[in-house]
Amino acid sequence: MGLSSKHLLGLNGVPKEDIQLILDTAITFREVLDRPIKKVPTLQGQTIVNLFFENSTRTRLSFELAEKRLSADTMNFTKSGSSAAKGESFKDTVRNIEAMKVDMIVCRHESAGIPNYLTQISNAKIINAGDGLHEHPTQGLLDMYSIREKVGKLEGLNICIVGDIAHSRVALSNIYGLKTMGANVSVCGPTTMIPRKLEELGVKVYHNIDKAMAENDVLNVLRIQLERDAGALIPSVREYHNYFGITEERIEKNNPNILIMHPGPINRGVELSSEVADGASQIILNQVTNGVAIRMAVLYLLGSKN
Amino acid sequence: MEILLKGLRLLNPYQDLDITSDILIRDGVIEKIEKIDSSKFPEAKVYDLDGKICVPGLYDMHVHLREPGREDKETVISGSNSAAAGGFTGIACMPNTDPAIDSAEVVRFIIDRSKDHLVDVNPIGAVTKGRKGEALAPMLELTDAGAVGFSDDGTAVKTASILRNALEYSKMADAPIIEHCEDESLAGGAMNESFVSTELGLPSIPTVAEDLIVMRGILMAEYTGGKIHIAHISSKRSVELVRDAKQRGIDVTAEAAPHHFTLTDESVRAFDTNYKMNPPLREQKDVDAIIEGLQDGTIDCIASDHAPHTIEEKEMEYIYAPNGIVGLETQLALTLTELYHSGKLTLEQVIEKLSINPRKILNLELPKIQVGEKANLTILDLEHKFKFAVKSSKSRSKNTPFDGREFNGKAIAVINNSQIYFESKFINI
Ligand SMILES: [Zn+2]
Repeated sequence: MGLSSKHLLGLNGVPKEDIQLILDTAITFREVLDRPIKKVPTLQGQTIVNLFFENSTRTRLSFELAEKRLSADTMNFTKSGSSAAKGESFKDTVRNIEAMKVDMIVCRHESAGIPNYLTQISNAKIINAGDGLHEHPTQGLLDMYSIREKVGKLEGLNICIVGDIAHSRVALSNIYGLKTMGANVSVCGPTTMIPRKLEELGVKVYHNIDKAMAENDVLNVLRIQLERDAGALIPSVREYHNYFGITEERIEKNNPNILIMHPGPINRGVELSSEVADGASQIILNQVTNGVAIRMAVLYLLGSKN
Repeated sequence: MEILLKGLRLLNPYQDLDITSDILIRDGVIEKIEKIDSSKFPEAKVYDLDGKICVPGLYDMHVHLREPGREDKETVISGSNSAAAGGFTGIACMPNTDPAIDSAEVVRFIIDRSKDHLVDVNPIGAVTKGRKGEALAPMLELTDAGAVGFSDDGTAVKTASILRNALEYSKMADAPIIEHCEDESLAGGAMNESFVSTELGLPSIPTVAEDLIVMRGILMAEYTGGKIHIAHISSKRSVELVRDAKQRGIDVTAEAAPHHFTLTDESVRAFDTNYKMNPPLREQKDVDAIIEGLQDGTIDCIASDHAPHTIEEKEMEYIYAPNGIVGLETQLALTLTELYHSGKLTLEQVIEKLSINPRKILNLELPKIQVGEKANLTILDLEHKFKFAVKSSKSRSKNTPFDGREFNGKAIAVINNSQIYFESKFINI
């Protein structure tokens, strides 16, 4: 039994069985990564292109490593900004790459919808590595994997995503995936950082971090983009930390058993206090390895699909 | 040269006219309206149009011709051909060309380009020089050269103070200020702000960006006594604001584009840039409000916002692709199919919105179906079912979400300036 789709464009609409399969397959690959010889021949002879129109070294390296561990042939294509501004249309770029007989394309782009468009102009299997503020499915899967690894389950868990939800591509993928797996998902952040009508996705919205901590088992804390609209969405980083930052005192007061997750890299003293960051950093390092395992699972499952 | 049109229903609500008759046109002028025996006019070319409807020539007051500047997208001639194919005998063209229509010279250039065409082309002048929002364009000179209204379309007039002066000054030209209503500080998104934009993660434009500038225009028109026209109204709240203002007797008019009464932001889910326009496609409640506004007269006319772009430009990433779609050849068909055949508008209302009211707003002469008048006519076949194929469009650009759509109702001929356009050919008459 394999995945129901030949692409991974997002977690919206992906059936539970598929997510389950990816998470379970990742466990096997996680074990491979602990072996002295970390390479398996699974994708030998397959060509994968990492098409990154936006800088994201961490995500690209994670995919590249996953591809190499599976013995695939990989190529990197990096370019930023509007394709037209560079004198070549996006479509032409993709056609040129496809002429090289590519089996899979891993794509990162600052415009939402590009992976969907790729499926129309290319025959390759498409994996979305982040499109605008839309989805970042492998990050969502990775977060789910790490929570399950720590807590043992997802179903029935109360999980809150904290931070700038409106400008995050991780939040939506987390929401879709976690809800499919039966978790109760909520978000917490300043009113200016919550997108319009988010409640219609069936998530609870908090603007009070203490309440969110008291009522949830897990917090997935997003990195605050310090450079974004400085001063427009929040008055200052200091005020954000005072009202939404996770500190030892808050954990002690509200919920000593709460699991703090963070996709990294952390802004110490902003979304997490320094002590909390120290505590969470072990999980973050573990997430890097888990990220490779998840991406191996996705590549393997799509790669073995006809 | 004579042509004889046989068996028409002549319909013009402006003249209270609704009769069945033949028409004889000689040298572009209506010579006879009566039952005519064709054997008495052996020289006349006869068109058998039994059951077809003859209305005053249709007019589209919001068209982007790309000449001067981007003739690869559209020219005065290609746009006029597209207008004729879509059933229009007149269009007003927007000033966001390169250079902008901000001098008498450019106005004359466009009029000169169109002078031998069936379709009348009336330029809209810029409100400010270079559409920069700083200094007023020479409105009186532009008017004398042939401009019929003023707009900085593409953006709203930059500041309230310039708008105030424009509304005052344009009173001397007796021409409206046509506002593209969008607050600059809330602009820049790729789609409507809604649940769908939240799900798609696309940067968005809220309806309040439009509503604020509609309100500004209304208040300023009230204060100055100037004449404001709201271009491509798209939000429910804006329709309510215009309705309210009209009840107060403020000199405000409004137009809606066909895509805003037929499509919603749900269409954006496919990430096809042919659904990217500005104002963006809104929600169903907005679509319903536009239709209601058309029904009760809050919205005076239907205008296409015909905005040609090359395939290369439209095939860009969603956030980078330019806004707009071509619309001259689908506008009438969408209106007849979605509003007339569904019983939402009467045929008389359709003629008001597509022929009479836009000319009234721009102070243009209204065509009459009357002996001695210049023949400026559109012939409709309300039961002509067809599938729109953009590849056969006369426009130089093919950016439309309506390719392949089935329609019911079409203009089969247009007559104006001593020419007839029939079966895809222009013939001098
Ligand atoms: Zn506009």
